[in-house]
Amino acid sequence: MDRNSPPPEQRKKRFTLVDLLLFSALAALILYAGYRVNDVLVYHWNWSRVLGFLVKYDQESESWVANLLLQGLATTLRLAIWATVFATLVGVVMGYWRTCQNLALRIISRCYVELIRNIPPIVFIFIFYFFVSSQLFPAIGIYNIDRDNPWVANEVFAFLFGDPALLDNFLAGMICLSLFEGAYITEIVRAGIQSTPKGQWEAARSIGLSPFNVLRDIILPQAVRKILPPLAGQFITLIKDSAIISLISIQELTFVANEVAATTTRVFETWILVGAMYFVLCYSFALLFAHLERRAKRSQR
Amino acid sequence: MNPAMNESSHTPPLVEISGLCKWFGEFSALYDINLQVNSGERVVVCGPSGSGKSTMIRCINQLEEHQAGTIKVDGREVMPGMKQIEEVRRDVGMVFQSFNLFPHLTVVENLTIGPIRNKLVSKTEATERAMHYLERVHIAEQADKYPPQLSGGQQQRVAIARSLCLQPKIMLFDEPTSALDPEMIAGVLDVMIELAEGGMTMICVTHEMGFARRVADRIVFMDFGEIVEVAEPETFFNSPRTERAKLFLSQLLGH
Repeated sequence: MDRNSPPPEQRKKRFTLVDLLLFSALAALILYAGYRVNDVLVYHWNWSRVLGFLVKYDQESESWVANLLLQGLATTLRLAIWATVFATLVGVVMGYWRTCQNLALRIISRCYVELIRNIPPIVFIFIFYFFVSSQLFPAIGIYNIDRDNPWVANEVFAFLFGDPALLDNFLAGMICLSLFEGAYITEIVRAGIQSTPKGQWEAARSIGLSPFNVLRDIILPQAVRKILPPLAGQFITLIKDSAIISLISIQELTFVANEVAATTTRVFETWILVGAMYFVLCYSFALLFAHLERRAKRSQR
Repeated sequence: MNPAMNESSHTPPLVEISGLCKWFGEFSALYDINLQVNSGERVVVCGPSGSGKSTMIRCINQLEEHQAGTIKVDGREVMPGMKQIEEVRRDVGMVFQSFNLFPHLTVVENLTIGPIRNKLVSKTEATERAMHYLERVHIAEQADKYPPQLSGGQQQRVAIARSLCLQPKIMLFDEPTSALDPEMIAGVLDVMIELAEGGMTMICVTHEMGFARRVADRIVFMDFGEIVEVAEPETFFNSPRTERAKLFLSQLLGH
């Protein structure tokens, strides 16, 4: 073997006998469970009625349009994206406050985080709904919004916020979710800021950057790269947590699914379908974030 | 060479430290430090580790806050919590032991961000200035790389250029060669010598005694947070006055 010869070949990873046994055992288990469900429950599966709630044929416009379940999915998606934007804003501001010199700001952000993290989500949502959104929204006139106002009655508005008639409902859910998830993002951002080496702060200060520029130009860009994986996880958690706000009658996927299950009485089919819809939604975001992460890593080299 | 030298009898010292004290908790890190550095002067600070050398120079641009005494930079007093500290820091360049380049910015962006954010110059002018200083530290060809792609010696020279881009009145060096592999040290010291010969006012904390002999106007020897001895290099190295300096030099040069 001389210096220019290729390196010795590595053993390739193989699908071994052990793997085969494991997979067959798993498959047998699933088959048995399916058999039990069929045989013992004597349940007659009927998917057609539930699937009919995905899309329906509209006689007037003579085309297929989204039915309740897809509308619910759209609301969930809208809610999740807006809540992600606001939760990130809240999280970045509060996360910075958690680390800054000013005592008042530190106390405020700490109280916010601890308050939300130490109350069960459902309890927080009820308290928020009864005492904040139902009092505050009438006060700032959101209930009296003019439905024929050209700012409201157009397609862009409907695309961004859904049905104007349900705007206050949508806003309540969105703010609630943002505040709730914002507390967790605050802690992620704080960890990111604090994990940036001390030398970076010192170097940034030593070239005369203002505190704001130190944060924006030097600390946050480095922190964001580090916190991208936990942040992505939190955003996916946010989508899943959005199911809870169905309890205050926000008409997103879980709320709609409840109604569909009740009207069709096809409970199993409805929830299996809705589970699949959530999975597709969340997993697509997971793939998207994994892609972004790889790109961020590449740009760092 | 340096216009300030001619009228040195009239101009106040560039850095004037008097009665400086600093504690870390209960630990007295600096006690009654008095030091004046005139424009164009090169001062080397040496002493055992933990003697307060770094802490002293970090007080000058307020990376550390002092608790007693006064520090004046170019006639202006710097103190903890002051509002215009950024203006002082622009006049005081600082080079760190661990380089502290910004890893998410290219070399040239590392150099331009200070001048641009401080609104000293336009972006094109800042880039021109950055290239000028990169040439001066012999590293212009690396301008578009990211700091982690460079060797330690190259990174430290970029760090020097980053400070120079703000055209500071004085440069502080905090053990600039201590984190470098031996073969990288010479390149960095060469840049520092060129700077010194160009008339830059410098305070260097360093263990490079060859460098100290060559460029220093004065050696400041510190121990236990106090200035023990101030002398010209020849005097200091050949016949130190104090026992502590003798001990330090014998340990440093002993083998």
